[in-house]
Amino acid sequence: MQVLLRRLRSELFATPADGALSVALITLLSLGAFGFLRWALTQAQWAVVKVNSTLFAVGRYPIEQQWRLWLLTALLVAASGATWGLLRAHPRPDRTGVLWPSNDRLALALLALIALAVPFALGLTLAIQSRWWGLLLLLALCRWLAGRYGANLSPTGRRLAALVWPLLYLGGMALISGGLGLVGVPPSEWGGLLLTLLASSFAILLCFPIGVLLALGRRSELPLLRWGSVLYIEFIRGAPLITLLFLGQNILGFLLPGGLAPERVWRAAWVLTFFAAAYLAEAVRSGLAAVPRGQLEAARSLGLSYPKALQHVVLPQALRVALPAMVGQFISLLQDTTLLSLIGLLELLGTARTVMANPAFLGRNGEVYLTLAVLFWGCCAALGLGSRALERRLDPHAVPSAT
Amino acid sequence: MSQPSSELMIEARAVEKWYPNGFQALRGASLTVRRGEVVVIMGPSGSGKSTFIRTFNALEDFQKGSITVDGIVLSNDLRNIDAIRREVGMVFQQFNLFPHLSVLDNLTLAPVLVRKRPKAEVEKQARALLERVGIAEQAGKYPGQLSGGQQQRVAIARALCMEPRILLFDEPTSALDPEMVREVLEVMQDLAADDITMVVVTHEVKFARHVAHRVVLMADGEVVEEAEPEVFFTNPSHERTRRFLDQIL
Repeated sequence: MQVLLRRLRSELFATPADGALSVALITLLSLGAFGFLRWALTQAQWAVVKVNSTLFAVGRYPIEQQWRLWLLTALLVAASGATWGLLRAHPRPDRTGVLWPSNDRLALALLALIALAVPFALGLTLAIQSRWWGLLLLLALCRWLAGRYGANLSPTGRRLAALVWPLLYLGGMALISGGLGLVGVPPSEWGGLLLTLLASSFAILLCFPIGVLLALGRRSELPLLRWGSVLYIEFIRGAPLITLLFLGQNILGFLLPGGLAPERVWRAAWVLTFFAAAYLAEAVRSGLAAVPRGQLEAARSLGLSYPKALQHVVLPQALRVALPAMVGQFISLLQDTTLLSLIGLLELLGTARTVMANPAFLGRNGEVYLTLAVLFWGCCAALGLGSRALERRLDPHAVPSAT
Repeated sequence: MSQPSSELMIEARAVEKWYPNGFQALRGASLTVRRGEVVVIMGPSGSGKSTFIRTFNALEDFQKGSITVDGIVLSNDLRNIDAIRREVGMVFQQFNLFPHLSVLDNLTLAPVLVRKRPKAEVEKQARALLERVGIAEQAGKYPGQLSGGQQQRVAIARALCMEPRILLFDEPTSALDPEMVREVLEVMQDLAADDITMVVVTHEVKFARHVAHRVVLMADGEVVEEAEPEVFFTNPSHERTRRFLDQIL
């Protein structure tokens, strides 16, 4: 108690000015928190979220086909748990690692809380609630198994294990859209969080290679390649995304021969991809500029060809430097998907607007927007956390630690 | 000290180089280096010594003259350049180790990728080389965790791991703290006793005196004086060399 008091005093009331500032801030914060809680607990009517939770999650995806989404979620959860455990079982060769750092326990506890509390609060049926508990158990089990036995995996085995992710992505696409003997579900029936995540993950995955190629093109010694890249990057960066989205909807149909023009959702996803690639190229270019000339010279004088020197020496360093900027780009890309609602797609914001237009939920905008904000925040926080962990793992100067 | 054979490893004739801004860095520089020979190039800064040895493995291009390395005529043909770079190792002033790779991986990267040798075999050789330059225990560390002298020794081992026939040193001790210069020079002296051909740009007079077969003075993009160390330092034939020696001795 004594210690706590002393610490409070030194942190909040060290000088009279500090004290005054602390009191003012505490008052403001508590007023804000009080006001918010009063609204959230007494005035807000959360029925609008409870009733429409499925709509927010997957849009109008046919209900009898939703088992495919559950299956995909379970596969993703299992792969995440296994990857998580494997990474802990294989710390970087020059560092020591703990199998269960306290951060991991905290994360698992938080996830458990969410899996128990959120489905309950949404008033889902017990059957659905238990599915979320099952997913949580699956995550913990895979995390535990991979951590326990993953250390025995050979380097080749680990490389093969990493292949699970691209396979899962392609398989997931097939599961969602149908094919391979499954009933087709056209993109026009995808919606909500599902569509938001699909469009943004598609754009993030594809804009990365395109952006790297553009950045290399911009530094190329071939004039045609260089000017082509500069023109592309500057044009895309000079145009607002919303105009490009409308342009994409109108022009792609004319550019491509009849029938080849992709479906509306895919058109939008491609526009997002090409848009993000231009910004990503600039982030990668800054990373390339940060790699000293001597690195390429050393690689070349060892006999490495230019592509090999790029692949093994220059790009790994450049991308590590560019990583924070790139992830910032991915996060804004995720948020930019809200613009898809303006071209009539029912992603999260589009779904929200249809819900709010329903006379039964008139005036419940606050609840809906707050839910949206929390969902987006969750996705962006996950991206940010992942990127920071990756940065720490790739940092050659970090002191040996538990990461 | 091993004696050089009569076989020519490097033959540079009247090399002239202009930078894109019009500055002429090399004005007809010529040099021949025999197999197993250790040649030290000295000269005031800006005299073109670094530029000159960087033309030997095509890190710099040149406009006039000719260079033949290990029997291969240096041209702009890319296959030619790659062939020469496999035979010529280079050690840089700033080490230029790959910071994202461990010391061991710095050594094994090129032999595995370029020479297509099996990784296990290269690793064994790399460990032996690290042992030879006296840092076997640092194999798992990253370059940023080593001192300057250790980094430069890793850089030498990295060049050796490609089993080059010629090693070029571009002021290998200029970026080092004084107390680390010696450990690097000792490694170089040890190498000089081998069959390998070395061209060293340096200001280390003691190294030039005791290790080199021949010392060369460059000034204003030309080779001014070429002599055995004893003659070079005590009785040079050119006024320009005498002035240079007055400044550094």
